[in-house]
Amino acid sequence: MDEALVILLLTLSATLRVATPLILCAMAGLFSERSGVIDIGLEGKTLAAAFAAAAVAAVGGSAWLALGAGILTAVAMALLHGYACITQRGNQVVSGVALNILASGLTVVLGIAWFQRGGQTPNLMPEARFMPLNWPGAAALADVPVLGPLYGVLVSGHNVIVYAALLVVPLTHWTLTATRFGLRLRAVGENPQAVDTAGISVAGLRYRAVLLCGLLTGIAGTYLAIAQNAGFSRDMTAGQGYIALAAMIFGKWRPYPALGACLLFGLLDAAAIRLQGVRVAVIGEVPVQLIQALPYALTVILLAGFIGRAVAPRAIGVPYMKEH
Amino acid sequence: MRGALPRWIDVGLVPLANVLIAFAIAGLLVLMIGENPLRALRIMLAGALVGGEAVGYTLYYTTNFVFTGLAVALAFHAGLFNIGGEGQAYIGGLGVGLLALAGDGTLPFWLLLPLGLVVSAAFGAGWALVPAYLQAYRGSHIVITTIMFNFLAAALMVYLLVNVLIAPGSMSPESREFAHAAHLPFMHDVLARLGLKVANTPLNMSVLAAAVACVFVWVYVWHTPWGYELRTVGHSERAAVYAGIRPQRVIVATLCMSGALAGFVGFNEIMGVHHRLLLNFTAGYGFTGIAVALMGRNHPVGVVLASLLFGVLTQGGAELAFEIPTITKEMIVVIQGLVILFSGALAHLSRPWFERLYAARPRPAAEGA
Repeated sequence: MDEALVILLLTLSATLRVATPLILCAMAGLFSERSGVIDIGLEGKTLAAAFAAAAVAAVGGSAWLALGAGILTAVAMALLHGYACITQRGNQVVSGVALNILASGLTVVLGIAWFQRGGQTPNLMPEARFMPLNWPGAAALADVPVLGPLYGVLVSGHNVIVYAALLVVPLTHWTLTATRFGLRLRAVGENPQAVDTAGISVAGLRYRAVLLCGLLTGIAGTYLAIAQNAGFSRDMTAGQGYIALAAMIFGKWRPYPALGACLLFGLLDAAAIRLQGVRVAVIGEVPVQLIQALPYALTVILLAGFIGRAVAPRAIGVPYMKEH
Repeated sequence: MRGALPRWIDVGLVPLANVLIAFAIAGLLVLMIGENPLRALRIMLAGALVGGEAVGYTLYYTTNFVFTGLAVALAFHAGLFNIGGEGQAYIGGLGVGLLALAGDGTLPFWLLLPLGLVVSAAFGAGWALVPAYLQAYRGSHIVITTIMFNFLAAALMVYLLVNVLIAPGSMSPESREFAHAAHLPFMHDVLARLGLKVANTPLNMSVLAAAVACVFVWVYVWHTPWGYELRTVGHSERAAVYAGIRPQRVIVATLCMSGALAGFVGFNEIMGVHHRLLLNFTAGYGFTGIAVALMGRNHPVGVVLASLLFGVLTQGGAELAFEIPTITKEMIVVIQGLVILFSGALAHLSRPWFERLYAARPRPAAEGA
């Protein structure tokens, strides 16, 4: 029984670690999309941030410096997206796709030119990474049944970004529902004309939303490169930006449901890794690919309107044209 | 004033300027890496265009880009953004592979050839059908659903190749090689029969299918009633309804055709080159199709020109990576991204410059007097 509990806790703990970049990216996408700017480019921004963070950590040896580099890179890309979508009124999906492709190529080209390791960055020393934090009392409580493993495995022992990601969700919720900025942000995603009529800059609000999106994807990328892993490897996001996009839609563009979706998708991923090659009664060997495909399949089913209805912000994807 | 430019600037110079900006930035990147961009360009062009082998490879890549570029372009005309070319090409290849594995022992070549064409189109279209239906009838966004379907296709292919279709005794997830009846003839073999000797390359008969596909799209979009309906829906769905068009049907038909075009990549790759089913043969062609369509302004002629350019870039880039190891072939991916950015999302960036230039042109004396 005890062993089962530990396995369960380990799986949940892995879920949390897998879900962290998804949560950050989903909240990032949420800010952007609630303001009316579609963001297909979560994947690209995260990847670019991961590369920048790993490169700076490898050269500078500081995790916090790396975090700064990751955020700066993602913010720069977010501003480019903003410039294309808000100022130039270009096609938002096209811009996002361009950034994704650009990031996937640029990270490899620069990685090989700078580090000569086939697109990887050098392996990082623990000082240059965000390492798991062991909370006080974890060792002392270890022998207490249930509570000990619960505290030691699930609560303690993650790195600082995991906890930060969990804090970002209530912060996002609070920002969107309780602050003046958040209310205006949502208004600009639903009815920009009204916001404009009230004398508030539509472009200004959208730029701020896009900046927040860059900030959060920057943290997500940094997490991938220097917290979850010890360096950058090519295409290391491996579709997580898209899964986060799916989670955000699955959560119907709301923070807590999106968190739930991220945790669900994270759990599926953690379970898929755990079930690799395991034979289960009746089903036989579990096809891992099936579990990995579930987030995508579930999102399609949701979008088809079979699990409630996911309604996007009304003005999403429509560039705002001021009337004269 | 938008639209104050004559057509030759609007259709000719502005897109050209956009592409040039993209290439200039790529050149700067090469400079930043510490290499000479002009030398890189020379190696690239020579590697892609000099000699029969180079040209054969270039045209082989071009074939794939024409298929995916047309797929994206066709959907764009109906106002739809099909990002799912990658998945549709993958599944198109699966269809061809299944056909060949099932029929290469019993069916003759002259039957397998047209069947392969039909099956790759059908599977590609089939993979687009669900997103198409959901877009048309349930209002779910085609961009998101086709992205999801790309991942679903990838998962399905891994599952099938690892667990079901893997050749007995094989270590890598690949099917057995098809019998000769299911091989598409290489162009060098075809030309040899006609008495022309050219270098051995992967270029095969599907390049002819690509040419036919271009003509088909041109005729379909601009010279048939269905094409008229398609473009009407693309301009305004509401106007289309008033014109007695049913947008839902047009959307489903267009996206399925788009999927079929992407599916032909599978025909080229599986039946024409690899002669077995394997993983990741689509190699990003579906995404390049977006760049091709944007650069070619969604017109078959433009698509062919843009595909040729990307064919040159892909083949020349491989040579370049060989000659200058610090410049990897991912440089092409960077250029792709830049082209999509500047020909797509930032397409209007250079317009004001041309408008100012055009407004400041020397006018006939009579006007000034």
